[in-house]
Amino acid sequence: MLRVTWRNLFARKLRLLLSAFAIVLGVAFVAGSLVFTDTIDRAFDDIVSGSVSDVTVRFDGATTDENGGLIPDARSMPASLVDELAAQPGVARADGTVEGVGLFVIDSDGKLVGGQGAPTLAFNYNDAPSITGEPAVTVVEGEEPQGRDEVLLDERTAENAGYEVGDTVRMVTAGTVPELEAELVGIAEFGGGGLAGASLVLFDTPTAQQIFLGGSDVFDSIALTAEPGVSQDGLAASAEQVLPDGIEAATGDVVAAETEELVGTVLDFLNIFLLIFAAVALVVGTFLIINTFSILVAQRSRELALLRALGASRRQVTRSVLLEALVIGVVGSTLGLVLGFGLAIALRTLFGNFGLDLSGTPLVFQWTTGAIGYAVGIVVTLIAAYLPARRASRIAPVAAMRDDIALPESSLRRRMIVGVALTLLGAGMMAAGLVGEGNTGASMVGIGVLGVLLGVALMSPVLGRPVLQGLGAAYRAVFGTVGTLARENTLRNPRRTAATASALMIGLALVTTMSVLGASINKSIEVAVQEEFTTDYLVSSPTFQPFSTGIAERIRDIDGVGEVVQQQSLGSEIDGDGSFINAADGGAVAEVYDIPVVTGTLDVRRGGIAVSEQKADSLGVAVGDTVTLTFPAGDQEAEVQGVYEQSNILNDALVPLSTLAAAQIPRQDSVVSVNAAEGTSPDELGTALDDVVADLPIVTVQNQEDFTEAQRASVNTLLYLIYALLGLAIVIAVLGIVNTLALSVIERTREVGLLRAVGLSRRQLRRMVRLEAIAIAVLGAVLGIVMGLVFGVVLQQALADQGITDLAVPIWQLVLFVVVAAVVGVLAAVLPARRAAKLDVLRAITTE
Amino acid sequence: MTQSPAPSPVDGVEPAARASGLTKLYGAGEAAVRALDHVSVDFLRGEFTAVMGPSGSGKSTLMHCLAALDTVTEGDVVIGGTSLAGMSDKALTTLRRDQVGFVFQSFNLVPTLTARENILLPLAIAGREPDETWYDTVITAVGLADRLDHRPAELSGGQQQRVASARALVSRPSIVFADEPTGNLDSVASAEVLSFLRRSVDEFDQTVVMVTHDPLAAAYTDRVIFLADGRVVDELRHPTSDSVLARMAAIQSEAMSAPPAAPEG
Repeated sequence: MLRVTWRNLFARKLRLLLSAFAIVLGVAFVAGSLVFTDTIDRAFDDIVSGSVSDVTVRFDGATTDENGGLIPDARSMPASLVDELAAQPGVARADGTVEGVGLFVIDSDGKLVGGQGAPTLAFNYNDAPSITGEPAVTVVEGEEPQGRDEVLLDERTAENAGYEVGDTVRMVTAGTVPELEAELVGIAEFGGGGLAGASLVLFDTPTAQQIFLGGSDVFDSIALTAEPGVSQDGLAASAEQVLPDGIEAATGDVVAAETEELVGTVLDFLNIFLLIFAAVALVVGTFLIINTFSILVAQRSRELALLRALGASRRQVTRSVLLEALVIGVVGSTLGLVLGFGLAIALRTLFGNFGLDLSGTPLVFQWTTGAIGYAVGIVVTLIAAYLPARRASRIAPVAAMRDDIALPESSLRRRMIVGVALTLLGAGMMAAGLVGEGNTGASMVGIGVLGVLLGVALMSPVLGRPVLQGLGAAYRAVFGTVGTLARENTLRNPRRTAATASALMIGLALVTTMSVLGASINKSIEVAVQEEFTTDYLVSSPTFQPFSTGIAERIRDIDGVGEVVQQQSLGSEIDGDGSFINAADGGAVAEVYDIPVVTGTLDVRRGGIAVSEQKADSLGVAVGDTVTLTFPAGDQEAEVQGVYEQSNILNDALVPLSTLAAAQIPRQDSVVSVNAAEGTSPDELGTALDDVVADLPIVTVQNQEDFTEAQRASVNTLLYLIYALLGLAIVIAVLGIVNTLALSVIERTREVGLLRAVGLSRRQLRRMVRLEAIAIAVLGAVLGIVMGLVFGVVLQQALADQGITDLAVPIWQLVLFVVVAAVVGVLAAVLPARRAAKLDVLRAITTE
Repeated sequence: MTQSPAPSPVDGVEPAARASGLTKLYGAGEAAVRALDHVSVDFLRGEFTAVMGPSGSGKSTLMHCLAALDTVTEGDVVIGGTSLAGMSDKALTTLRRDQVGFVFQSFNLVPTLTARENILLPLAIAGREPDETWYDTVITAVGLADRLDHRPAELSGGQQQRVASARALVSRPSIVFADEPTGNLDSVASAEVLSFLRRSVDEFDQTVVMVTHDPLAAAYTDRVIFLADGRVVDELRHPTSDSVLARMAAIQSEAMSAPPAAPEG
């Protein structure tokens, strides 16, 4: 039996490769995602271990919001504490640290370095060692910075920005002084190796204190180094003795773990995002494999029957088919792992363009990646081959002697019942998931979608019939007999046609869902912007980093400027509920924006807060109630003074600027809205604003049109990325069509010969195959688009309260999808059609 | 009733198909197999001819070459006054479609089409309308008027072959080739098919060439041509199954006792 299996495999190398290709792509995606995220993980591990000191003395309380965003904290510890700690037993040295937030290097062309990607880390320079024992930073060229006018950069940043030692470096900060210039006196190297694209900017301690801490001799935190033989815990305990309340000594291990957890959250998200596409590719690939094996088994039914007649047991027949699948799985997984490595390199380059530079870290290939790759590839192939294999074993031995063999097939009715059940189950899961919260909800929606897709795929032989018949009628009318033949071919084996189309259906259903969602998001943005963007100009940062309040001051000095409203956004918790709040002068906000107030006022006084209607409902608070706001430096009580309708400008809550001061949060701006004064046209103002920000690449000036365009562009970028990833599934689906057609042509060799013998020309024959391919592709497209529309509308409705308020259906785009599907069909038919046309008439007729 | 091989055409009558000096080699060099060796034969209009011979005698090859399904190494085939020499595949396809009808041993019909659609297939491919009277005549003669909407799978073997025969005739070809049309049929079904072919010659003035090794089938024809080792070795007019059987036995024993016959004149 084993020999028979091997012979079969080698006799059908091309077919083997085609089927394996689906596995190759799926496994490549799985492996690529894992390798890439493991590499990021390694890079960040190196950074953490290269920068964390034995013990960090810091303020307690969270310094990041629940999304990992940094909450600015204005608390500082006096320099005297550094001396006190240095004197404690077990402390080899204590170094005060100044961490600068919101500083960016401007390159020699006046553009921001980094920005949207990895952050810029600004510190005071010292040679304190990290837990690795090596100094966190060493000067590799030039000298240490001394004084107000000297700065160090890491090599990559200096290179990217086009600066050499001796050049004057321009920087922008979020502090009170928006701009800064200093001479580059040296190049620093980070002890942990690569910086994953982050930029390092180092000043001497007094300068850093001047820029970031208002000039007093204070620090954000203190790094302690243990004397030889003193453990981290021992060092921390020793330090605790002199620490005042509110300041803690965290061991290096704890800080490293915290950072890794934070990085892990982001990596998990990235991993899941990429693995979803791997799963889509594998599900689609499963259809391809099921189909290929079904056809192979059907073609070989006489041979299998002969084996049975010669005494092979049912199990042996099943096993021989499964063994073929196993080989395909192993070959496909191996190639997939290799390709996955390439994919990881591609991902590294792609993310490098977005600022996550991992070139300093070699790709990490863990044995688990190999194990998972093989497991996924082999299991999927075996599952896909199981049904055809079982069917193969049901062939009666006597079939070997018969001329025409019909394989026993499960009834369409049973299939329908299972399909309907799966669809309903999936729909139920989706509904439950949409109501549910967070990750569980999302994964339930995902499983539900998969259930519906598979359910509809099962039903597609029946659901697709009207589509095929409609197409068939058109074919017949336009192409006559050739059209009729093509139509009959698509209807001859509804399961095969539908299974082939299903692969495309799944891909297109997801593409359509995304395109409906994308269009709806864009429309919602447009509507919201038109309603709420009532000022002439909005000054904001493309990096979403807060910027210096000095910028608003300069804007106020422009002639012809009317109202200027400064807003600072930050993450916080209201009564323990994670919220996105805005601090601004409420009266001014109410004046320039048209935000409907439900009760109370927007003009919140000191110690007050206005919340959105939605937030008020979820918290169960109303005007007059008191809520607790959580900030790093401690909780603040606030009285609810107003409730407003959901607004993209104010998000969850609005507090007066005085609240920030009380919470010791440094004052920075996130958004500044500007109106023209009476007598000044917005265009004139725009020109003046552009002049002011020309030297400050950290901010952009946008009017309503620019803003909508920018929002739309970012939505579309994400959409195109998702399309590109889903394109993978479409490629597999197209291969599926090629495979099915090629196998069908082989299967119908005699019929092709007969048709040619009675006068069908090569051209007509090619057209017949092409029409069949188009029918399959269009069937997949139509079913997929209908499903995608349903998914898209349902998701939009469910997410309406998350801001996707308006439904938009990109009809022309959907029409385009169908047209593209037809073109795809034509392309898929090229090889099978050529093969059919090449068949020698005589040999085709006389073939067995 | 011994006749000289390679019968000459009747003067003044254009044959429906003519092979002259037909040679077909398979393979090349030392390994070359001479499937046909300078075969010259005419098939007259309105005649039902059987081609017989032992296995490997070249009878199927002869038919395939005559029917423009296979190329010849040497010599020429003329069908309906047109020489096939040097014709392109496209031209050959058109010629098959318009001038030649086929009945194969099995797998004659497109399984997805009904009997009617199968019968009309060559016309439909050519984009021609059927001649209504002729179509009705053929359908009536084939005796399947009530089965026309059935698919091949729903027809018996004999019915399928009759549908195939009707398809071969419906375009009024110059000549119909049948390759063992009754090879898979029982005697009753065979009789139906052969009677239909006989009628098409007698009543509709068609020309039919049939390859067979069944003397009973050959008895339906007007003339039997015997092939051995790629050459026409004998011919029989107004055959009966007994005379065919006797002639075959003679050819068989001749082949066993002596080396291949001398080349024909």
